[in-house]
Amino acid sequence: MAETLSGACARAVLGRAVWGLRAYGFIAAMWIRSSWAYRASFAIMLAANFASTALDFAAITLMFAQVDALGGFTLPEVAFLYGTSCVAFGLADLLLGTAERVGRRVRDGTMDILLTRPVPVLSQVAADRFALNRLGRILQAGLVLGWSLTRLELDWTAGRMALLVSMVLCGAVIFGCVFVLGGAFQFWAQDASEVQNAFTYGGITLLQYPPTVFGKELVRGVTFVVPLAFVNWLPALRVLGRDDPLGLPGWMDFAAPAVALLCCAGAGALWRAGLRAYRSTGN
Amino acid sequence: MHLLRLNLAVAASGFRRYATYRVATAAGVFTNTVFGFILAYTFLALWHERPHLGGYDQSQALTFVWTGQALLAAVALLGGGFQDEFHERIRNGDVAIDLYRPVDLQLWWLAHDLGRAAFQLVGRGVAPMAAGALVFDLALPSSPAVWLLFLLSALLAIVVSFALRYLWALCGFWLLDATGLSALSTLMSLFFSGMLLPLTVFPGGFGDAVRWLPWAATLQVPADVLLGAHPGGSLPGLAFQLVWAVVLLAAGRLLQFVATRKVVVQGG
Repeated sequence: MAETLSGACARAVLGRAVWGLRAYGFIAAMWIRSSWAYRASFAIMLAANFASTALDFAAITLMFAQVDALGGFTLPEVAFLYGTSCVAFGLADLLLGTAERVGRRVRDGTMDILLTRPVPVLSQVAADRFALNRLGRILQAGLVLGWSLTRLELDWTAGRMALLVSMVLCGAVIFGCVFVLGGAFQFWAQDASEVQNAFTYGGITLLQYPPTVFGKELVRGVTFVVPLAFVNWLPALRVLGRDDPLGLPGWMDFAAPAVALLCCAGAGALWRAGLRAYRSTGN
Repeated sequence: MHLLRLNLAVAASGFRRYATYRVATAAGVFTNTVFGFILAYTFLALWHERPHLGGYDQSQALTFVWTGQALLAAVALLGGGFQDEFHERIRNGDVAIDLYRPVDLQLWWLAHDLGRAAFQLVGRGVAPMAAGALVFDLALPSSPAVWLLFLLSALLAIVVSFALRYLWALCGFWLLDATGLSALSTLMSLFFSGMLLPLTVFPGGFGDAVRWLPWAATLQVPADVLLGAHPGGSLPGLAFQLVWAVVLLAAGRLLQFVATRKVVVQGG
């Protein structure tokens, strides 16, 4: 009896998750159709997204016009860090980026509308204003990553390939959790959406550079407190054959999937807590 | 006299409007400080490899970083402030009402933006700079005269930034979609102001060229005034800002004149 009960529970949870994903797909498809009506705007925003991250990389190449190495890392190595972190961030931003609009919805009262619909709120919030033009960022970072791979002259074993793929996917999940956490935080502090930028945009700015550039306290902080180091630093150092400045045990280079799972659990719990704490502004 | 009182009142309301959002201000200070730390470490690494790069020593380079973070909100280096609001009024046609009012449109928004900037210079500038000075060895001037010159330079930077954003917003009379334009304006501002990397570090002829663009007046010049980095003193830098401020404000008037003559206002 207990077994069938827990089985039913599991099926209900699974069913809800599948429904959440399907609903996300419906809403995203709707936004894609609507943005496709303004093709010039779409093209401009695609180019703007491409250019905005390209400028970050332009600043890095300008630095390397003056120096041969930064923190002991060459340009292709920094490009590898840049490419991996920005592709991961771009994926998270594409899929969950609009979760940062929670504060605005709480302020202007439109959060109530989401609660009345028979769709998980997170799906609605994340798919809201889904914009394919954010692919521009992923495309640009992908090109830089591709360029760095041709320059690095690494021996591409199966292990390295697997690590590269898991780096990008787990990195996207970790950044996605930061977006969800940021959204959840805004249930309590509606005006504080900018705090999130410190971890998202601050995070990719940090991860573009080698960890040797930063103070050890900062590196410890982004390893153990906000686990951004698992997005690319630790696995990338392993791929590049570098020692990490903290001298952490070698298995931590492979811990990104576990860390990503833990982040999901934490972000999910806090999102639900935030949603429970929500109090309507009324109208 | 009446004009001055009016514009002071508009500026005061701009100040109060931004001062209302205390949590948002605290959040902004936090983010500026985090970015300041990240950039400071990368600059440390860069100046460790190449001391005296761009004519700055290490502590001057760090001061540049924190000056950028302190001015980011006040000078609106990421765009925004009145720009989005004004553009929206052009897009939905409310600008027709603004044009009927017995006040000058450009002066109205300038006063409003100066009020906003005055709050953000204090509210979002002082704390990140103090945090930077606590942790890093900054090359801050001890003479009050230099600080006064810096304040004057910051004021001119705000006016140049305003004039640029006014021009971007006016483009809305012809192009209805704001998002692409505001993204473009933010990009140009970030790159050519020196926010990503001081313009003195840009190599060769490209570096020489970008130092003459108006965006140089929004961060590079105020930072150089604070650092005392100009060999010929601060006055040429201030004159450079003043010239761009006058030219761009005049261009804004001209474009507004053309727009209000030729373009049919949206709405109904």
